[in-house]
Amino acid sequence: MAKVPVQFTLNGSEKAEFVDSGTTLLHALRDKIGDTSPKGGCHQGTCGACSVIIDGELRLSCLTLAETCNGVAITTTAGLSEAGVLHPLQRAFLEAFATQCGFCTPGMIMAAKVLLDHTPNPSRDEVVEALSGNICRCTGYEPIIQAVLTAARSNSQNAA
Amino acid sequence: MELRKNYFADVRKDDLHEIGQPRPRSDSPGHVTGKTAFFADRNFPGMLHLKMVRSPHHHARIRSIDASEAERHPGVVRVLTAKDVPHNVYTILILIQIGPEDETVLADGKVRWKGEAVVAVLAETERAAQEAVAKVKVDYEVLPAVFDMEEALKPGAPLVNEYHGQNYYLYDSGECRKVRFGDVEAGFAGADHVLEQSYQSSPIEHAPTETTGCLVVPEGNDRFTCYTNTQAMFFTLDNTSIILQMPGSKLHFVGGTVGGGFGGKVDVIVEPIAILGAKLTGRPVCFIYSREEEMQISSPRAAEKIVIKDGVMKDGRIVARKVTGYTDAGAYSRHSPYGAQKGAGHYPGPYTIPNVWIDTYCVYTNRTPSSAMRGFGVTIGDFALEVQMDKLARLIGMDPLEFRFINAYRDGDMKAHRQPTEGAALIECMQEASRAANWPVAEKFMAMTSYVKGA
Repeated sequence: MAKVPVQFTLNGSEKAEFVDSGTTLLHALRDKIGDTSPKGGCHQGTCGACSVIIDGELRLSCLTLAETCNGVAITTTAGLSEAGVLHPLQRAFLEAFATQCGFCTPGMIMAAKVLLDHTPNPSRDEVVEALSGNICRCTGYEPIIQAVLTAARSNSQNAA
Repeated sequence: MELRKNYFADVRKDDLHEIGQPRPRSDSPGHVTGKTAFFADRNFPGMLHLKMVRSPHHHARIRSIDASEAERHPGVVRVLTAKDVPHNVYTILILIQIGPEDETVLADGKVRWKGEAVVAVLAETERAAQEAVAKVKVDYEVLPAVFDMEEALKPGAPLVNEYHGQNYYLYDSGECRKVRFGDVEAGFAGADHVLEQSYQSSPIEHAPTETTGCLVVPEGNDRFTCYTNTQAMFFTLDNTSIILQMPGSKLHFVGGTVGGGFGGKVDVIVEPIAILGAKLTGRPVCFIYSREEEMQISSPRAAEKIVIKDGVMKDGRIVARKVTGYTDAGAYSRHSPYGAQKGAGHYPGPYTIPNVWIDTYCVYTNRTPSSAMRGFGVTIGDFALEVQMDKLARLIGMDPLEFRFINAYRDGDMKAHRQPTEGAALIECMQEASRAANWPVAEKFMAMTSYVKGA
């Protein structure tokens, strides 16, 4: 099968791959490039575990074709910490016991990051709405909501 | 977190350092950075994809299987059928002598539930494997099926599983697990009221976000490394060893990181066939359930039917309880005989009842095999029991919480299955619940204690 070239930045690094036409971004990231932080939970756009950020917008990598990602900037949870220092959202998830099995966590953090990037001081309802596309089957939603609110507060304190 | 130190003050130790203190989880740093390695977060060069041909029928005889077209499909490396599996008929709990072996790794001559694995296809890509699955021709003779437990127990019902010979699990106590304590009929005869109610539940799927699966790598030293999300590493190791007739020393299982299990990943389903595929092809193999397979194929919590008959006095004492429980194992045992047995011990609930009669049946039907899920065997029972308790309280015009205090077990009370109660704390829990829910009860109940000195 003819391969399609695709080139984008992933967490600030240039990446280039040849993929089969029809390859999902999730597959390209995990199996070609080796960033396994996005997870495949349903491969049909319902669980949110594969969430990544493309040019600042929250996207489901299982429904995004890799060949449509030429020239974009992709952020994943694997790229959030800088020089070993956790992102405020990562720290808040850690401290608020907002993880159980951990499978939904990278997707949750992606959804939360896009929310806080656009809405630095969200209401609880806005947090719930922002996370509504991400399923946690351990049903630990409340600590996750609290972690996002905590991260928002620590961000605004840092900014002040 | 608040620790109530007034309870059991004379028997408890208060030099606790960990309890009541938050401690960081050791796995959380990996979770929040995406570094936690779930089984599928690995990639091996040349890895094959395994996909299953599954039965479209609830119950059917297999007349023939023609996989020749699938074998010729581009990208297909190997097709596996029952004859390729060294010890094809197994049952998970044979490790603790709960037999007979009653389930096939790949169907042999018959399918007993819709979705049963019939033929495994190994191909270079997931897509090629899926396409080849559609090209396997299986000729079925559809048989009558039974889906209802009580229908399955009637004479003349279609026989679901020939390895059992009848549509129930044969315990050493006979057709059901039995508990006999006191004289239940005399209890009913002396009761002020008798209430019989029936409770039913449907199967429940765990639906973990990470689907069931494994990756297998044939190693240079003639061993196989299996990366798996099983919740039962040693059950899986030992059953795989039996199924593949391969010493355990050839098998290296790597796991412990599970993306949600809830009991849904304790069966031994994906690993043996994936390891067999790796052995016969010499290539790494991945077998990962699609979301559809996770929802339709993986074992759910069993459907249950529970019939409870209670005799109760106007003063609130339950004097007799008779329970008949039915657990729908589906087509194969898996963990259900154990679940049904747990129910037998559990149906008196945390209450002291002098006359008890319990029968619990583990029934085979042509439904998806059920298995473990969070408190299986007791969770649905608890729902039934506590609804029954509310109904009994209403029947005699008593507050439902006070009614439970009257019947609550305390240290030293003999349970129906003849284990004396020890370490009970139901009364104390209900006292706290009464405060927390602002549901006051009479002072005499707030003064009760579970702890009986010397009991």
